[in-house]
Amino acid sequence: MTSAIPDAAAGPASQGEDVLRAEHVSKSYGVVTALTDVNMRLARGEVLGLIGDNGAGKSTLLKILCGFQPPTSGQIFLDGQPIVLKSVDHARSLGIDAVYQDLALVNQLTVFQNMFLNREVIRWPLVNNRAMRRETRERLDEMGIQIPSVNSLVAQLSGGQRQAIAVARSVFSNPKILLLDEPLAAMGVKEGAIILDLVRRLKAEGNVSIIIIAHNYGQVLEVCDRVNMIQGGRITLDKYSSETSAQELTEIVVAEYRKALAEREQQDRQQSA
Amino acid sequence: MSDTAEQSVGMTGAPLGRPAGGPGGPALRVLRIFARQREATVFVVAVALFLYFAIDQGSNFTSKANLVTLFSENAAPIIIIALGEVMLLICGEIDLSVGFVLGFAPYFMHYLTDFYGVPGLLAIFLALLLGVVVGAINGFFTVTVGVPSFITTLGTGFILLGLIDTTSHDEPAAIPADVVGIGKWLEGYSWAWITWAIVLAALFHILLTRTRWGLHTVSVGGNQLGAREAGIHVSRIKYGNFMLTGLLGSLVGLQTMYFTNNIAPTAGQYTLMFYGVTAAVIGGTAMLGGSGTIIGAFFGAILLATLEDGFPLIGVNADTLSIVFGAAILGAMVLNVQLTRLRERGQS
Repeated sequence: MTSAIPDAAAGPASQGEDVLRAEHVSKSYGVVTALTDVNMRLARGEVLGLIGDNGAGKSTLLKILCGFQPPTSGQIFLDGQPIVLKSVDHARSLGIDAVYQDLALVNQLTVFQNMFLNREVIRWPLVNNRAMRRETRERLDEMGIQIPSVNSLVAQLSGGQRQAIAVARSVFSNPKILLLDEPLAAMGVKEGAIILDLVRRLKAEGNVSIIIIAHNYGQVLEVCDRVNMIQGGRITLDKYSSETSAQELTEIVVAEYRKALAEREQQDRQQSA
Repeated sequence: MSDTAEQSVGMTGAPLGRPAGGPGGPALRVLRIFARQREATVFVVAVALFLYFAIDQGSNFTSKANLVTLFSENAAPIIIIALGEVMLLICGEIDLSVGFVLGFAPYFMHYLTDFYGVPGLLAIFLALLLGVVVGAINGFFTVTVGVPSFITTLGTGFILLGLIDTTSHDEPAAIPADVVGIGKWLEGYSWAWITWAIVLAALFHILLTRTRWGLHTVSVGGNQLGAREAGIHVSRIKYGNFMLTGLLGSLVGLQTMYFTNNIAPTAGQYTLMFYGVTAAVIGGTAMLGGSGTIIGAFFGAILLATLEDGFPLIGVNADTLSIVFGAAILGAMVLNVQLTRLRERGQS
C-alpha cells in the first residue's frame, strides 16, 4: 500500500476542507427509489472511490453530481455554498467535469484534434495544427500518457489509451472536481495501470479532487484516499483506504448478498406456506 | 512482475510479426499501401480507365474537344455538386433536392430580370441566395423539426420541381440579355467550368481538413453526442452544410444555363445529384457519416465522367450505356468495400 492520506488528522466526519458535499440526497424514479438519504463529501485534493454492486446507486449519484439530473430531495454544496446544478454545462462551468464510459471522443479524428475539440488553436482562417500537436505532446508527456503518436486516429488506440485521452482532455480545462465513471471497466491489468498512473499523478499535483466509480476493490484501494460503499441506495461504509482492505470490502458485499438471499428464501417459504 | 513482462513482449511482438508473416507478396503490400489512403483506390481506377480509353481510342478521346466535354461538361458539375454532398454525408445528412435547386435558380434569375426589372448582377446574386435559402429550409425541417434529411429533401425537391414546371409551363427560356456577359466567367471559356471545379475542390479540401468548420463537421457525423458534449453547435454545422450545398446547386444551375445557352426545365434533377453522391461514396465517403474526403470525391467524379464520355466512343450505344454504367458503379463500390476491409484489417 503506497497510498498516503494528505490530511490524516481529519476523520471521515470532517467538513472543513470539503470541496463537494451531498447532504440528505434522495432520488426516486416513480416508485423506484435509487438513492436514500445519501451524505457524501469530497475533500480538496482527495481521491474518493465509490464502490458497490450494479444497481446500488453509484451512477445515479454521479449523474446528480455532474448536473445530468436533479436529486428528488437533498442539497449539494460546492466549496461550502449550496448550489443547484441546472445542467452538465452548468456543472462544467462551475468546475465539475465528468468523463463517461462513452468517452465523447471522435474516433475519426486524431488524438490532437480530439484533445482540442471545440477549443482549437486558430491561425485565421485555418487551425494551427503545429501548435496543437506540440501542446498535446507536451501535455500527454507531462501526464505520462503513452500513445503511438498524437497523429494517430483515436479509433486506432486501445481502450486504456482512449480512456486516458478522455481524462487528459478533461484535465485540460482545469476542473476542480473530476468524476470518472468506471474508468477501469473492461480493461486489462496493463490498460488499467495507464489510468491508475494518471490518477496518481493528478493526485500528486493536487489541483483536482477526484471521484472514481469502480468495481475492482484492489485497484480502488491502490489509488483512492478513501472509499464509500453504496448498497441499496445508501452509503453503508466510509473509510480511509489505509483502514480497510479488499478482503473486508468483499466480505461486506458477500454478507449483503447472503442476507438478501436468506431473506428471499424466507419470503418464498412464507409464500408457499 | 513476470506477468507484465510477458504481456509487453506479447503486445509489441504481434504488430511486428504481422507484416513479415502476413499473407501475400510485394504486390499485396503495394496494394495495402494504396488501400491505406482512401482516395488512392478511386484515383488508380480513374487513371486506369482514362488511359484505357486514351490508348484504345487515340485522338478520338484525347482531342481538345473531347477533353473539354469530359472535364468541363461532364466532370465539373458532378465535382461541384459532390463537394456539398461530401460535407453533408460526413455530418450524417444528404441533400436529394440540390438538382432541383440547380434547375430552379436560372428560372428565378430570369423571372427577376425579365419580369421585375432587377439588374443582372443582383439577379445572379439573388439566384445564388435562393440555393442558400433552400438549404436553410432543408436544415429547418431536418434539424429543428427532426424529419430525416432523406425525406426532407425529397419533399423540397418535389416542391422545387413543381415550381419549375408550373412557372415555366415546361418551356425553356432564353438567357436574359442583361446577364449574358457575366456568363463568360462562369462558363464562357472551354476550361472555365473545370477550373471552377478545381478551385472550389481545393477550397473545400482546406475547409474540411484545416478549419474548425471541417473538424466539427467530422465530429458531428462521427460522434454526435460527443460533439454536443464538447459544446459544438451540432445544428449550426448541419444548417451550414445544407446551405453550402444549396449555394453550389445554384452555382451549377447558372453554369449549366450558360453552357447549354438556354434555361431548360430538365436541367439537373435527380441524375446529377445522384452522380454527385455516387462520386462522394466511391471516393470513400461513408454513407453513415464521420468520414470522407474531397479528393476522393473529385476523382470519383472524374471516374464517372470518364465512363460517361468513354463508353459511347467505344461504341456502347446510349440505351445500353445505363446498364454498363450501373454495373461499373457496382464494380467500383465492391472494390472499394473490399479495400476498406483490407485497410481496416491492416489497422487492427
